[in-house]
Amino acid sequence: MRMRTIELGVGAFIFAGFLALVVLIVNVSGLTLSTNEEGYRIYARFENIGGLTVRSKVTISGVAIGKVTNITIDPDALKALVEMEIEPQYDYLTLDSSAAILTAGLLGEKYIGISVGADEEMMADGDEIEDTQSALVLEELIGKFLFNKVNE
Amino acid sequence: MIDQLQALGFTGLNKLAALGRSFIMLFHSLCYFPNPRVGFPLLIKQLHFVGVLSLIIIVVSGLFIGMVLSLQGYTILVDYGSEQAVGQMVALSLVRELSPVVAGLLFAGRAGSALTAEIGLMKATEQLSSMEMIGVDPLRRIVAPRFWAGFISLPLLSMIFSVVGIWGGLLVGVDWLGIYEGSFWANMQAAVDFRIDVLNGIIKAIVFGYVVTWIAVFQGYDCIPTSEGISQATTKTVVYSSLSILGVDFLLTALMFGDL
Repeated sequence: MRMRTIELGVGAFIFAGFLALVVLIVNVSGLTLSTNEEGYRIYARFENIGGLTVRSKVTISGVAIGKVTNITIDPDALKALVEMEIEPQYDYLTLDSSAAILTAGLLGEKYIGISVGADEEMMADGDEIEDTQSALVLEELIGKFLFNKVNE
Repeated sequence: MIDQLQALGFTGLNKLAALGRSFIMLFHSLCYFPNPRVGFPLLIKQLHFVGVLSLIIIVVSGLFIGMVLSLQGYTILVDYGSEQAVGQMVALSLVRELSPVVAGLLFAGRAGSALTAEIGLMKATEQLSSMEMIGVDPLRRIVAPRFWAGFISLPLLSMIFSVVGIWGGLLVGVDWLGIYEGSFWANMQAAVDFRIDVLNGIIKAIVFGYVVTWIAVFQGYDCIPTSEGISQATTKTVVYSSLSILGVDFLLTALMFGDL
C-alpha cells in the first residue's frame, strides 16, 4: 500500500513535468510544426538597416511570412545586404515588390515590410528586391529638421 | 615557510584525490548494465524522495517569483507605455535563467543536503560496509538510484517552476494590474523561441541536476564517518553545489546566448 502511494506520487510528478513541457512548447513559445519546411531565400540591399537583426520578422500587410536570416555588407555598393527566408506557401511575391524597414510602435523592434507589386513574374530563390526603403533613423530626421530651421 | 608550503601541497593533493575518487564513484555507479527488476523500485522510491517531496517548495517559490517579476516589470514598463511586454519579460527571464538556477538552488538545499546526510549516516553506522560484506555493491544499490533520480527530477522541477511562474505573472499582470491578456500571450509567444529559449533552459536544468546530485552523493559517500563529519559534508554540499550552479550557469549562458 505504501509503495502504491509512492508510485502514484511519482507518476503524477512525471506527468506534471511533461505537462509543463507541453505548456512551455505550445503556450509559451507558440511553436508550430511548419518551421522545419525550407523556405526560399530572397535578398534586398538597404542604405541603412538601423537596428534590424537576424531573426527579425518579414511581413506583408503586417502578417509574418518569413524571417531575416543573414545581414552582411555588400563590399561593392557599400550597402547592407539582407538575406530573408520566406516560407514556401507565400509564393506570390512579384519581381517588382518593394521592401521597407519599419518599426513596431514608437520604440519597438525593427522588421521588414514587403509591398507586392503588379508584375507577372514571381520571385524565386536567390532573387533580389530592387525597390527598398531604409530604416528611419531618429538622429538623421532631427538633423534634417534642424538644418531646415537654420536655412529658413 | 617550508612547512606551510608542504601544508599547501598536502591540501592540493587531497583535493585532487577527492576529485579523482568522485570521478571513480561516478563511473562505477553509472557505467554498468542495470537490472530493471531490482533497480526500478529503488529508482521510484528515490524519485519520490528527491522529486515529489520537492514539489511544494518549487511550486510556491515559482509562483511568488513569477508574481514579483510581473509586478516589478509592470511598474517600470508602464512608464514607457509598453506594459504588454510584461509577459515576454516574465517568460524569457523564467525560462532562460531563473527556473533552472532557482530550482537548482532550492533542489540543492532541499534534496541535495538530505542525500548527503542520508548516505553519510549510512557510512557512519557502517551500513555501507556491511552491504559490501554481504556482496551487494553500495554504489549500485544506494548511489546509482539517487543519481538517476536527481538527474530526472531537476529538469521536470524546472519546467514546472517555469509554468507556475508564468501563471503567477499572468495572475498579477492580467487579473490584478489589468494588462490585456491577448497581448500578454502574443508578445510572449513572439519573443520565446522553443529551441533557443525553452530547450536551452532544459539543458541547463539537466546539467545542474547532474552537478548537484554528483556533489551531494559524493560528499555523503566520502564524508568522515562521525557526526561532525556528516554536518561538514552537508554544509559542503549546499555551498559547493550553489557555487557551481552559479558558475556553470554563467558558462552555459555565455555558450548559449553569448554568440561565442
